[in-house]
Formats: sequence, structure tokens, C-alpha cells
Amino acid sequence: MPRITITVDGIRYEEDVEPRLLLVHLLRERLGKTGTPIGCDTSNCGACTVMLDGRSAKSCSVLAVQADGCDVVTIEGLGADGSMHPMQRAFHEEHALQCGYCTPGMVMAAIDLLRNDPDPSEETIRHGLEGNLCRCTGYCNIVRAVKRGAQEMGQEVRTS
Amino acid sequence: MTELDAGLVGEQIAESGQVAEPSGRREIGRARRRKEDARLLTGHTRWTDNLQQPGMVQVMFLRSPMAHARITRVDVSAARELPGVLAAFSGRDFADEQGSLPCAWPVSEDIVIPDHPPMAVSEVRYVGEAVACVVATDRYRAADALEAVEVDYEPLPAVMDMHDALTPDSPKVHESGNKAFSTTITSGDVEAAFRDAPVLIDRTYIQQRLIPSAMEPRAVLASTDGDTFTLWSSTQIPHVLRVMLAVTTGIPEHRLRVIAPDVGGGFGSKLQVTAEEVLCLLLTRRLGRPVKWSESRSEGNLTVHHGRDQIQHVRLAAEADGRIRGLRVELLADMGAYLMLVTPGVPMLGASMFNGIYKMDAYEFACTGVFTTKMPTDAYRGAGRPEATYAIERVMDELAAELGIDPLEARRRNWIRHDEFPYTTVSGLTYDSGNYEAATERAMALFGYDKLRAEQADRRDRGDPVQLGIGVSTYTEMCGLAPSRLLGMANYGAGGWEHGSVRMLPTGKVEVITGTSPHGQGHVTSWSQIAADALGVPFDDITVLHGDTAVAHKGMDTYGSRSLVIGGVAVLQACEKVKDKARKLAAHLLECSPDDLEFEAGAFKVRGTGASKTIQELAFAAFTAHDLPEGVEARLDSDATFDPDNYSFPHGTHLCAVEVDTETGMVKIRSYVAVDDVGKVVNPLIVEGQVHGGIAQGVAQALFEEAVYDADGNLLTATMADYLLPSAADLPAFTTDRTETPSTGNPLGVKGVGEAGTIASTPAVVNAVVDALRPRGVRDVQMPCTPERVWRAVQGTRGGERS
Repeated sequence: MPRITITVDGIRYEEDVEPRLLLVHLLRERLGKTGTPIGCDTSNCGACTVMLDGRSAKSCSVLAVQADGCDVVTIEGLGADGSMHPMQRAFHEEHALQCGYCTPGMVMAAIDLLRNDPDPSEETIRHGLEGNLCRCTGYCNIVRAVKRGAQEMGQEVRTS
Repeated sequence: MTELDAGLVGEQIAESGQVAEPSGRREIGRARRRKEDARLLTGHTRWTDNLQQPGMVQVMFLRSPMAHARITRVDVSAARELPGVLAAFSGRDFADEQGSLPCAWPVSEDIVIPDHPPMAVSEVRYVGEAVACVVATDRYRAADALEAVEVDYEPLPAVMDMHDALTPDSPKVHESGNKAFSTTITSGDVEAAFRDAPVLIDRTYIQQRLIPSAMEPRAVLASTDGDTFTLWSSTQIPHVLRVMLAVTTGIPEHRLRVIAPDVGGGFGSKLQVTAEEVLCLLLTRRLGRPVKWSESRSEGNLTVHHGRDQIQHVRLAAEADGRIRGLRVELLADMGAYLMLVTPGVPMLGASMFNGIYKMDAYEFACTGVFTTKMPTDAYRGAGRPEATYAIERVMDELAAELGIDPLEARRRNWIRHDEFPYTTVSGLTYDSGNYEAATERAMALFGYDKLRAEQADRRDRGDPVQLGIGVSTYTEMCGLAPSRLLGMANYGAGGWEHGSVRMLPTGKVEVITGTSPHGQGHVTSWSQIAADALGVPFDDITVLHGDTAVAHKGMDTYGSRSLVIGGVAVLQACEKVKDKARKLAAHLLECSPDDLEFEAGAFKVRGTGASKTIQELAFAAFTAHDLPEGVEARLDSDATFDPDNYSFPHGTHLCAVEVDTETGMVKIRSYVAVDDVGKVVNPLIVEGQVHGGIAQGVAQALFEEAVYDADGNLLTATMADYLLPSAADLPAFTTDRTETPSTGNPLGVKGVGEAGTIASTPAVVNAVVDALRPRGVRDVQMPCTPERVWRAVQGTRGGERS
């Protein structure tokens, strides 16, 4: 069985994995990182989105062996020093979540979206989040939250 | 050991800053950010699939690939031999103990409720029905073992079309035939209303089959210590489920605990007693190990109950000036293969709503429930009311077109005026309050109605290939399911009350326990607001417990826009009882009459003196119980069960503008305005969120979603790649506002909001699409209004009806 080395939310793991094991199952069932949920089996919903070496990836569509040597950040490792990431705070402030199941993936996708465009228009946000489905919010408040998160992240960059 | 000095402890609690000063600001009506969010945003979640138990094993189900077949052989022996496999079973192995999945709503005398084994034993009746299962150490081992199970089927003919199913020579889904029930409701002289009516509208609408698609797939975990059983399930109804599972499995109710941990949306789809819940309980009983089942999305599309699926024949008779004389509705409702928890009740929930907000003299509703070899249908957001609202709101536009008047004018000539409430409708419901004029006026102003009509006229004149359509929906709906008395009259198997409890803790903190079972609705926040105002304690000093039958022992759960209207009121009433007890104690401690006390900002004050006791001090005094008056127990804790006298009736006006590209058939929503009257609002942020999400689901029915079976009964939309759920890129921003006429049916004045958006938006969107194309002779486009259907309608070919 292949052995992989993977860093998840700042902790390094060495794991023997079946070649077919999905990254999301490694996270959830081997490492106990259940903050990342599974919403589908066709990579449509994006609920399982994590950061893989700094870019968003649907962890249901990545084999654990493909993540060998990678740095993974999940929703659980996003905040620093016990406080939430500005995007998490923005989702709270704008009421951008209801049941919360899509939220971890949505937050990750939103942060990645801002790498390409730190000050996105509503249209850019809507198209940028096309790969993440939400059934509760109708997306209005998610769009608002991403705008707010972008502003706050921009301010943090400017003041740091 | 330190001796407990009550006075000292009381002072310490007061001085520790633990008891915050009440702000004096009313919580109800405030846009509080949700208490639920922090956990959900940081991944500290308890979805059922996250849960682990010592020794836990995983079950997977083998599902029928045939829509209708006799099972002639199931061989699980090879699967049992594979590594990591604990057990493998066929339906025959459960035949003596699995019982039948319950239907709680026999809606008519003639109803046929066929046996519904959780695992098929001798016959399968839809693709996806479980025929065998494998229990293994993990999901990968279980999936391997499923491959080794052998099943032989003898195919039987699929029954897919409701009209065909009702013909005498149709193959039968069940021995008893394909008719599940039929019922007729008549009010007024329908024959007279239609005789010589100057205007007659006759239309048939298809309510396509939908897949509810909560983002969290279902999951179940069952465990036992040999004596008691615990079932965790991604369910909306832990309390109803406990009762039903006790009845189905024979596990005595007092030895069964049901927990709904974090639940990721439901929309009605988790208002069910499922085969998997029953089978996981039977498996843990048999194996003595905790058994978990985690549904895959593709499995869920096949086996989570579907919604809608009706054929509606609607006839409306009117005077020459547009005043409605009468309405006739003939409904065929696709039950699918079995009657599940409230399957036959769904079309009946719409029975009294086809008349909408309009006055008329006569009404007839006839409904036939039909068995087909498809996944059973059941509650999906709105359950019966979206279907009814769609039919009447589409027909009102047809009436307007027939008369050559504005669709809003056709409605004005018929709707109940604000000074006519309370109003008893032709179908017998009494609408307590409302103001359709005000909501419509506000919506028209926000929408820029006249300006858009002018643009529409201009585009028509210019022959613009992109036409503008304006859709109207002036809906009402029936919320707060339901007065127990009315449920009894409707032959439903349970009541519609809700329970709430308040525990006053010694340190002045408050636990609210509710029988509602939130799965995204924010009850923890809203119930905290209600209790904070009622008790005068700080919002942050309140916690809300729910979703576990061992904690919240009484409840009827969350569906049918009932939670606030019934459950929120129960919380309020429990708070009032706490205050009644506290008042007696305060009077005793302050040596005055209870009548001399006034309650303000969380304290009982003796009128005319400075003496007072806060509710927190009284909670502590009740805890120490050193000095209680005669006949007063050592607690302020109270509970209440609220059962409303009537439904509540939110309403509103939704306006939708679409741009329809007549060359490609593409529909783009240009603007959407929703003005809803949901009565008093506890948390405007949460209300707005519910409206947004509701509109999105209604728009999705209008434009995107359809569960499609082929002629052999295979579901062609079995994955999320095939069933089109709208993304952010597919939807516009919605403009929302509210008008407010308080409900007179409950002390909070609230009406409910969970389903309003979905009920309102579908006809608004389709009316807009048809409005864009009406000059070209189009008077209907079947849902979902895909580019292909719209294009065909424009071309005057199949898929769109022309006048």
C-alpha cells in the first residue's frame, strides 16, 4: 500500500493508503477532519472544497495518493489564533449560510476566487462560485458576503 | 469541603459579570446574527455522517436496476466471504421483522395503502428499491462486497404514465390496481357558475417531478447496548420518527432514542420514515454493533422521496368584466410506487388553496392519486400549495389575456379587499388578516412596473428578437401545520401542536427546549430572541436545545412553515409560565401582593418603592429553596404545548421580468421583486434569507429542474450532473421587501415564511415567460422552461401550446 506524507491544517501525517482512497475520505475517516463534508459523487456541488497547495480543489475528485507531499488547508484550519478568517466572519455578518452544509466549500472557493480578482464584481462572484451549490440561501447573501470578505481581506493586506 | 452559602454564591454570580444587564432593547424584530453560525463556519459540525461509535460498521444497500420485476433469487453468500464483511442480507432475511413503512395520512375512504417492506422481498416497484445489503468494516469494503451479490429478476412491465395507468388494461403496480384514492370536494353551485358563463378558461398544467436535493445527503447511525437503542438520522422529524419506528420495528418507544444532530437542509425530503432508518435499527439489533449508512448523492436522487408530479386540469368561469364565478380543478397526483408518510396528503394540502386570494361562489376539487413504478412522491417545500398557487396564478393571467386587461387588474377585480378580513373563502378556510393592495402597490413601485410595461411595448413594436415578459404572482398560502382539530377532520394520524420548555438555571442562564427540529432555519437564534424579550434576560444568556428525544422529549418537529407559528408561540407561553411562578416567589420575598408587582426589563418591582428582584435572583432563590412560599415548588421551570385554532396565511406580490431570446429560447431573469407579508417578524435577517432561498427553489422549478424517467422506468437524472440545480451564475439578485398585517391567530402575530418564496415564485417566472411570447400566440410553456421548450413554443411546435 502506498505511503504518503501530507500536511493538513499544519499537522504532518504519514499514512498508508489504498490507491483508490479519495482525499476527502482520508480527511474525514482517517484523520477525523469532518469539517469538510461530502455533498455529491459527481464533483458538482463543491461542498468538499479544500485548499490544496494554496488553490481550491474538490477533495472528492483527488486521490489521497495525488496529494502526497501536499499542504492541505480545510475549513478547520482557516482561522488563525482562534479567530475566524475574514471570509468566515463575512459569511456570518451577511447571513450567508442557513443549514451550513455547503459553507466550508463555499468559503474556500470564495477565498480562491479573490486570488484572481481581489475586488470582484457581482457577476465575477456569481460565475466564480458556479462550481459550488447551495440549496438554502438563493446565493444573494453569499454574493454579499464574498464582497464584504474581499473588502476586509483587502484592508488587512493594506494595513499589514 | 466548602459549605455552600447561598447568599454568597448569589453575590458571586451577580458580581462575576456572568449575568449581563439586559439591554432594554427589544429583541423581537432585531436582525440578530445567528448563534448557529460559528460552529458551521469553522467545521465544528455534527452531521450524522461525521459521527463515530466504537466498533462501528458500515452498511451499503444493493438497489434494484429494474422499475418493476419479480425477485426470483438473491444470493449474498459470495459477498459474505469477502475480507472485512460482517454480514450480508436479502429482503427475505428481514421479512418477518421489518414490517411496513408507514403512511400516516389515509385521505379518503377508498384509499389503498399497499404493504411497503423496507427491503423488497418478492417484487420491486421502482429503480433504486433496496434488495440486499452488505455490512463491512468500512465503505470501500462494503462497496466491493455489493459487487458480489447476485440477484435474478423476472421483469414486469413498468407503469410510467398516469393516464395510461388508469386505463382498464394497464399493467398493475399493485394487485389492487393503480388507483390509490379519489376524492371530491364541492362548495357552492358549480354547475350554475359554469352554465352560460361569459368567459371560460380551460387549461391543463404539468407539475413536473422534482428532486428536493438538500445539500446534506441522508445518513443514519444506529446503536444498541442490548437494551436500549439510539438512532441518529439526518431527519427533520426526530419525534415523529421515534413513534413511527417504535410502531414499525416493535422496539418499545421508551427504549428508543432518536437524535437529529446537525441536519443539512430538508425541504420536506427529510420529513419521512425511511427504509434505511428501519433497516439500520434491525441491523444493529441483529449484529450488536453500531451500524452507519451514508447515502451517496446518486443513491439519494433515486431514493429520497420526490416532489410535485401532478397533472392539473383547471377550468375557470367568469363574468364579462372578469369577476370569477367558479373554479373546477381535476388533479391527477403521481404517488409513485408506494404511499409513504404523507404521500397522499400532499395534493390534499393544496385542495383548499386553488382559489388563492380570490372571491368566487363555487369551487370543485377532484383528485385521483395514481400508483406508478417510480420513487414515491411526498412533501417538498410547499407541499400542495405551490401546485395550487401555480394553477390559479397561471389561470389568472389567462383570464387577463382573454379580457385584454392587465394581469394585476384581473386580480384586483377578484381579490379579497383588506377591509373584508377575516374572510371565509369558497373552500372553507378563514383568512385572518392581509392586505393584498398594500403588498402589490409596494411591489409595483420597487419593480418599476409601468416603466417595464412601456419597455415591453417598445420591444414588441420593434420586433426585438429579445422580448421582455412580466410575470405576476399574488399568492397566499397556508402556514402553521396545523390545528390538531383540523388534522383530525382530515384523517391525519397525529396532532399539530408544538411543545416548548424553559429551564431557569441557578446562575440565571436559560435553557429553552423546543420540539421543533431546525435544519437551517435558525431557531436557536429566533427562539433566543423570543425568550429574551419575554423573560427580560440577555440574548446571550439563552441556549436552545432541540432534536434529541431524550432532551426535547415532546415535539412535532419542523415542516409546513409551522415552527415559529406554533413552536415559537409554545416557547413564549412557557416563558409566561416561568414569570407567573417567579411573580409568586418575588411577592413572597418582597413581602407584597403579586398584584403590586410590575415586570420590567427582567425584574419584578414593587410599585411605588425601589424594591425589586431580578428573574435571575429569583431563579437562584428557587434553586436554594430556603424560603419558598406555601405551595411553590423549588423551580421556575415551565413548559407549554400550543395548538393553534387556525392556520396562518402569509401572502405577497412577486413580480418577475424576464428577457426571452426568441431565436435561442434562452430565458434570463432581468429583475425579481418580492414583497411578502409574513405578519410580525422576529428576525428580519432570517426572514429575508428564507425568502431568498424559497424564491431560488421556485425559480428552479420554473426554469431548470425536472426528474426524468424513461419509458422503462430508469431515472435519467440520477446524478447531480444530470439534475440541474441552479448555481449562483444561474440566478439574479432578488429585491425583497415586506408589508405587515399581524396574524390574529397567535400572540406573536407571526405567519410563517419557510415556504412562501417557493410558492410565489414559480408562477411569477412562468407567467413572465408566457407574457413575453403571448403576442406570438404562445399561452403555455411546460416547466421547466428550458431553452429547447421555449424555442419550440416560439416555433409553434411540440413543447409549447399555442392558442
